[in-house]
Amino acid sequence: MELIAVFAPLAGFLIAFLFGKQIGDKGAQFVTCTGLVMAAACSCALFYQVVLGHDPRTIALAPWIAVGTFNVQWALRVDQLTAIMMCVINIVSACVHIYSVGYMSHDANKARFMSYLSLFTFAMLMLVTADNLLQLFFGWEGVGLASYLLIGFWNYKPSANAAAVKAFVVNRVGDFGLALGIMAAFMIFGTVQFDGIFAQVADKAADTFNFLGYDVNAVTLVCLLLFVGACGKSAQLGLHTWLPDAMEGPTPVSALIHAATMVTAGVFLVSRMSPLFEYSADARAIVCFVGATTAFVAATIGLTQFDIKRVIAYSTMSQLGYMFFALGVSAYSAAMFHLMTHAFFKALLFLGAGSVIHAMSGEQDMRKMGGIWKLIPTTYVLMWIGSLALAGIPFFAGYYSKDLILEAAFASGSGIGRYAFAMGIAAALMTAFYSWRLIIMTFHGNTRADKEVIDHVHESPFVMLLPLFVLATGAVLAGAVFMHSFGTDHAEFLGESLKVLPENDTVLKAHHVEEWVKLAPLVAGILGIGFAYIVYMFRIGMAASIVRCFKPLHTLFYNKWFFDEIYHAVFVQTAYKLGRIFFKVGDKAIIDGLGPDGISATSKSFGGLLSRFQSGYMFHYAFVMMIGLIGLVSWFVYRLNFGS
Amino acid sequence: MVDFQLLSLMTFLPLAGVLFIMTLRGDGPNVARNAKYAALYTSLIVMVLGAYMLNHFDGSTADYQFVEKFKWFPSLGISYHMGVDGISVFFVALSAFLTPICILASWDSIQKRVKEYMAAFLILEMFMIGTFCALDTILFYVFFEGVLIPMFLIIGIWGGPRRVYSAFKFFLYTLLGSVLMLVALLWIYFHGGTDIPEIVKAGGIAYKAQFWLFLAFFASFAVKMPMWPVHTWLPDAHVEAPTAGSVILAGVLLKMGGYGFLRFSVPMFPEAAHFFAPYIFGLSIIAIVYTSLIALVQEDMKKLIAYSSVAHMGFVTLGIFTLNAQGVQGAMFQMISHGLISGALFLCVGVVYDRLHTREIGRYGGIVKNMPIYATMFMLFMLGSVGLPGTSGFVGEFLVLLGGFQVSTTVGLLATSGIVLGATYMLMLYRRVIFGPQTNADAAEMLDLTWKEKINFVPLALLVLWLGVSPGVVINKTQASVDKLIGDYQTALAQTETSHE
Repeated sequence: MELIAVFAPLAGFLIAFLFGKQIGDKGAQFVTCTGLVMAAACSCALFYQVVLGHDPRTIALAPWIAVGTFNVQWALRVDQLTAIMMCVINIVSACVHIYSVGYMSHDANKARFMSYLSLFTFAMLMLVTADNLLQLFFGWEGVGLASYLLIGFWNYKPSANAAAVKAFVVNRVGDFGLALGIMAAFMIFGTVQFDGIFAQVADKAADTFNFLGYDVNAVTLVCLLLFVGACGKSAQLGLHTWLPDAMEGPTPVSALIHAATMVTAGVFLVSRMSPLFEYSADARAIVCFVGATTAFVAATIGLTQFDIKRVIAYSTMSQLGYMFFALGVSAYSAAMFHLMTHAFFKALLFLGAGSVIHAMSGEQDMRKMGGIWKLIPTTYVLMWIGSLALAGIPFFAGYYSKDLILEAAFASGSGIGRYAFAMGIAAALMTAFYSWRLIIMTFHGNTRADKEVIDHVHESPFVMLLPLFVLATGAVLAGAVFMHSFGTDHAEFLGESLKVLPENDTVLKAHHVEEWVKLAPLVAGILGIGFAYIVYMFRIGMAASIVRCFKPLHTLFYNKWFFDEIYHAVFVQTAYKLGRIFFKVGDKAIIDGLGPDGISATSKSFGGLLSRFQSGYMFHYAFVMMIGLIGLVSWFVYRLNFGS
Repeated sequence: MVDFQLLSLMTFLPLAGVLFIMTLRGDGPNVARNAKYAALYTSLIVMVLGAYMLNHFDGSTADYQFVEKFKWFPSLGISYHMGVDGISVFFVALSAFLTPICILASWDSIQKRVKEYMAAFLILEMFMIGTFCALDTILFYVFFEGVLIPMFLIIGIWGGPRRVYSAFKFFLYTLLGSVLMLVALLWIYFHGGTDIPEIVKAGGIAYKAQFWLFLAFFASFAVKMPMWPVHTWLPDAHVEAPTAGSVILAGVLLKMGGYGFLRFSVPMFPEAAHFFAPYIFGLSIIAIVYTSLIALVQEDMKKLIAYSSVAHMGFVTLGIFTLNAQGVQGAMFQMISHGLISGALFLCVGVVYDRLHTREIGRYGGIVKNMPIYATMFMLFMLGSVGLPGTSGFVGEFLVLLGGFQVSTTVGLLATSGIVLGATYMLMLYRRVIFGPQTNADAAEMLDLTWKEKINFVPLALLVLWLGVSPGVVINKTQASVDKLIGDYQTALAQTETSHE
């Protein structure tokens, strides 16, 4: 069953990719969707067995790399954490596969698209089922590859290609940290197997390790290097610049990869390594700080964007920030809870946005939308559900998980936890605001679209709406159903798969925070929604005057805090400049100038030789060389042997 | 055990092919065709023998296998001594595997002097296999230097417009290195004989002489690798060489440097290797970073891949001189994997060069539309070069980095930065050639792979994936020899230390 859950998507990929021509588009869609539905069914069964039945297991598959004491193998480790991830991945992926049948119906390369989606799912499953860091790295880079292929799916568009390369390279920067983390873990623990590492953590918690000449705490070092990888994949501040650009890909891709699953790999990694992070308060503080700052900064950018997908992308980044600061205060189960609920409501929002874009003949700019809610009422309702969940309105999924995170941050009692709480509340206010800004600009008011576009607006076909209903169900129910499992009962629910030291258990403490802390997120959410209504519905001119009032701030937010520009100037241009200098000056002028060219220039006879060289003479020269070589050897041998 | 002279057969069978080709008279198309088939069949037989050899190679021992030993010049103590161990066996196999691919790749693209071309390739194969099998220093030297001649001809006669310049640059560089090596070999001849296993068994060369000898060998092998700063012949040689020449140059010839380090430098001069290792790390890291940055700004496809080869070879030298299990094994693996991947990448360039006769990146673009199968193949090898897990490129690179990190975290960190740069230049190359709008009409009309090209690519692709998912097939056969190499090295160091106390 584990094998089907993981390898059915791979089989789908191989069949659709290699034989896409033979089996046709319909065949490819059928094969990949069937694979995913099977995988999703198996994952649910696994959830039942592993999580509810408390029966984690590891299945060894085959040896991989074994050199000296470094020994890793292919294996499927399915414990509670993995089973939850597998359910999320396979269910969302199955929804996205089916949705894509409708969404991509006008595209020429359907088989290729479906196969890439399945490839992605397989890589993501390998990532979460890894029982060692190296297989995790395999899945990690594999999802990066799939993301690259899918962002650049419309490969005739230069902007899509640029975004794809950017995503891969920025992720590689993160992977650079992850790879170093794996190496450091191997040196410190002598293994990269999870169980082997976890068994030694307590003993090595105080060890130091010499890194780049500095003696640092060994566990903290490994945690932070792994966290660099997590930042890359999960678009945390500093390595986030690829995520908004990744919206160049088709919308189902954004929903699956850049909202529900791949970007949460970093959260999964930290949760998986929780036994390590528990022994490093410093590492957790940094995780918490980065997460909280990301949540805030991303929300500020989200306020000002006009591309419907980019708004949702920044909200994804912001929500990932929530998950990270939850991890940073040891509230791993809260982070996993939010990961799960977020997967449902964010995939719903993206696919809903895709439905809007599909209806608007490919338009993504909200300034050219408006007034279409009566034309696509089902999509409208679904978008409302997603937004309510995102804003944390009671009884929708996001309410429970977001509240748990904020309460845990507050309950941690540390300064950094309070900082995270404050940032989180501010971000919650902005999240609610821009979510309703999106809804109002897209669906309400007078339409700003061309008449031709408006005439074409149509509700999406059933094959696209069906997955939305599934996701909407998740977005409504997932919170209420699992609130205790991830909350007060998390130790029993997640078993050994997460480790929280008793003194750090903020999720339990979250229960006892003061009443105002519990109410604050809700108040922030309602205020944000109300404010959005005032600005965009009732006082239409107000948005412009606010922008005028806060011109510098707006410029900063609108330009995404200038990260792209700074990176371009500091890294990209420097690399190219250095490359050119090394090539022109280093290689051509210095090495060649002093070396062969210099010699040939000073030696006239060599130049003469060169000019007389014609291909007809080449054999003669080779012959002379061979004779010379043999002669040289014989002469030396003769002389040395008989001459002495 | 095999009871016939397998290695000699593999080495000299190509010579038989050459003799047959030379008996063909005339220049007509029939003669050219016969020459091609003769070369192809000969090399295919050698390939089958190579597979047979790999299959019968016992990976549980570090001893030399398929050994042949005859007195050659008894009065001089020089013998004809052939044999393979875990370090050489895959290089022999690689040479035997790539040669038929090269001949097939030249099938239609070589139009002039076909007979001579095929003969040159078979001679090249003979010298390459001989180099990796020879266990006598003089015999090794003859093969090692012999390789230069057919390669020189292949670049100089069938190369591009600046072929003569490149051929001479190639020749000068390599010859300069080898002269020093010859002197060193002669010194060893008088102080330890010519039999490599015996010299190694005796514990290498006397401590005092090691340093100069190491440097003399280093000159030769560093040029072959090539290491920074003696790498500038490589891009020129690649650019001018015909496709198959580039394939064999990147696939096998560069590995002769790494093989030399493992066969001579480390076991014969352990203290010197220990002493010079930090400097070699420095050169390797410069090679990785410097050439990766240069690759970023290239406009010529072959030059870009040539520079990437230098960077990848930087990983190899780094791995070898870490002298720990992961580093050396990683270097071995990286060499084999790079032989497949870079060979395949040059074939990829050859495919479009044959159609459009330009290597300029900007002349292509958007060809995924008319050449989807080609785009897929190119993608796979590009990812292998980038070191994506699941391809053979990852295993070697990661093991080397792991080895380097254990020696020094700084070395590990700097070298690991290569994975970011490597991804950048390869993805940019791929993007500019394969993706984007179709701006060049002639590029948009190119036809997809022919069946001959597919036959060439598919085995390479399968190997790259197979070795990536289960590298054990290689590691299990090389492990014993690598362990012995490291064990001997550590013993030698320990002995020197005690003798100094």
